[in-house]
Amino acid sequence: MHSIDELKERAEKASGKKALIGPDINLDEFEKAPVPHKYLADEDLCALPEEEEQELIMAGMDITQKERGGTYFQKDTTVVHCGTKQEGVEVIPIRRALEEHEWIRDYYWKLVKVDTDKYTAAAELDLHDGYVIRALPGSKSVYPVQACLYLEKEGLQQTVHNIIIAEEDSELHIITGCATSPHLKKGAHVGISEFFVKKNAKLSFTMIHNWAEDMVVRPRSVARVEAGGLFLNNYICMKPVKSLQMYPVTHLAGEDAVARFYSIIVGSPGSEYDIGGRIFLKKPGTRAEIVTRTISNGGDIIARGHLIGEVAGIKAHLECKGLILNGGIMRAIPELEGYVDGVEMSHEAAVGKIAQEEISYLMSRGLDEDDRGFLNVDIPGLPEQLKAEIDRAIEASDKDMM
Amino acid sequence: MLHIEDLQVELGEKVILKHIDLDIKIGETHALFGPNGSGKTSLLMTIMGYPQYKVVRGKIFFKDVDITELPINERAQLGIGMSYQRPPTIDGLKTRQIVQICGKDKVDVEALAGRVNFLDFMERDVNAGFSGGEIKRSELLQLMAQDADLMLFDEPESGVDIENIALVGETIAGLLQRNGEQYEQKIKTKMQRKIERTKMGLIITHTGYILDYVAADKGQVLFDGMLSCVSNPVEILKCIGKTGYEECVRCIV
Ligand SMILES: Nc1ncnc2c1ncn2[C@@H]1O[C@H](COP(=O)(O)OP(=O)(O)O)[C@@H](O)[C@H]1O
Ligand SMILES: [Mg+2]
Repeated sequence: MHSIDELKERAEKASGKKALIGPDINLDEFEKAPVPHKYLADEDLCALPEEEEQELIMAGMDITQKERGGTYFQKDTTVVHCGTKQEGVEVIPIRRALEEHEWIRDYYWKLVKVDTDKYTAAAELDLHDGYVIRALPGSKSVYPVQACLYLEKEGLQQTVHNIIIAEEDSELHIITGCATSPHLKKGAHVGISEFFVKKNAKLSFTMIHNWAEDMVVRPRSVARVEAGGLFLNNYICMKPVKSLQMYPVTHLAGEDAVARFYSIIVGSPGSEYDIGGRIFLKKPGTRAEIVTRTISNGGDIIARGHLIGEVAGIKAHLECKGLILNGGIMRAIPELEGYVDGVEMSHEAAVGKIAQEEISYLMSRGLDEDDRGFLNVDIPGLPEQLKAEIDRAIEASDKDMM
Repeated sequence: MLHIEDLQVELGEKVILKHIDLDIKIGETHALFGPNGSGKTSLLMTIMGYPQYKVVRGKIFFKDVDITELPINERAQLGIGMSYQRPPTIDGLKTRQIVQICGKDKVDVEALAGRVNFLDFMERDVNAGFSGGEIKRSELLQLMAQDADLMLFDEPESGVDIENIALVGETIAGLLQRNGEQYEQKIKTKMQRKIERTKMGLIITHTGYILDYVAADKGQVLFDGMLSCVSNPVEILKCIGKTGYEECVRCIV
């Protein structure tokens, strides 16, 4: 009990603490009271209103669940569906896990510090729910588990905490989407995620953000990868948002651990994105790669990347390519830190303004004016099924922008 | 085929092309001559569909489709391609990627690049720091991948050194189905060759060097925004060489 009280205490102390980067948000402007929703059985999921279904599809959800190993679906503050169809994979709402499973305390707030800033503090003080997804040792999942955090209530601050555990030798794929009701304008999302990739486990985590024009979003996440583990962290955001700031951190804590971050960001006018990735390479043989592709499209994008090589025999690469299209601002801020001889670290950043002349030139090669095909990053190491899913999400979002 | 009818084009407030009538039949290649500033590039850009070249009168048909109002990419998809004199640099896009875009992911990029000695440039951003000759090879490579039916070449030999001129010339001949070996061996008569050929070309040239590799069917002279004569390209070139453009246009008319 002692440690639970201590968490609360530290959170209270940090509840006014501004984040190191990103515009400060006054969280008092948002409602936090629980919003009840009816639980949805499998068949209810398939009978959602068309417009809601569209939002979910664009966030990577498969409401038929046919090609999904499990589903977690939270609307506003309430879990409306949670279940798994695959042996060896557990999906549990975090509130229930905190009540029923002692082991969750070995993970809860163990990587992200509760007093990092006012957003982490809020996640402890105003927690609504969130998911715990765990692949048991040696289990290999075929289909990804899907998780969706959906906002419907105007003016709500949705506060979630997620924990993802890939036990030794397991293979787990997660596709997680955040979406808002087509009618929602203003809201906030605060989400904590802690990832544990154990020895020789493989975790792919693909996050699709599908927000609204007046949303503020503050995810906070940290991952720890043990020896021989692989963590693929993919991020896709092609929709407007008022302000989104996140700087996920990964610790490669065991020999030969690998982390790869791939992000695709397409801005929108009036939207601000401050998106980074930081990877600590702490053991020999570790590898890290951060690849970001952005198109400003009138939005304001900051792409940060930070690689820290602490020992010899590591290899890390940081790459950011940004295009300024239809105005907007694009800043790439790459940082490399090597502490010893024998680190192999590189970075490549390019920000380009694409003029009408260049667009016309590409069009004369057959490209559509708003085709973002050349933005495609080939994300390695994903199962075909998941790749198709990402392509579909990008395509759906592309069409929607027309 | 390409059919242009009484075309008048403005750029800004200025009339730059007047009463242009032009027909390029299936399999035909025309050479386009004219002094600097006469509107040659403007004509190509208008055919390609650049919106700043405003068509104020007349029509352009390609493959029997009225393309006068079509956006650039739809003209490209219909089979029109262009090799630019001064294409823009595109930061953040590799040459390999633009060739893939041209070939709709269905071409063997390496093999094509090998044919114009361009393998070493594939990872560089499009046109970034390319020399004159490299730009031309990059443009031709993109056209090869695109496999257009009507190809517009804007001064393909300008800025190309002696060593590369043959490569550029032969590549264009290949694109226009006019390279000797491939066609001559199989098809005996000139007549037959013409029937087999489907590709159309319009080549802007000052020097005429390119005609040593590509025997154009017709020559056109653009003078002060007007197409002033149609004749044998070699004859035109001789005439221009002897008397200059102004005299030449007068004598033929
Ligand atoms: N961007 C521009 N703005 C104004 N006038 C232009 C522009 N580009 C070309 N022109 C003019 O249009 C005319 C035709 O130019 P162009 O088609 O490039 O000729 P050519 O290719 O035969 O040398 C010239 O008088 C030229 O100065
Ligand atoms: Mg010109």
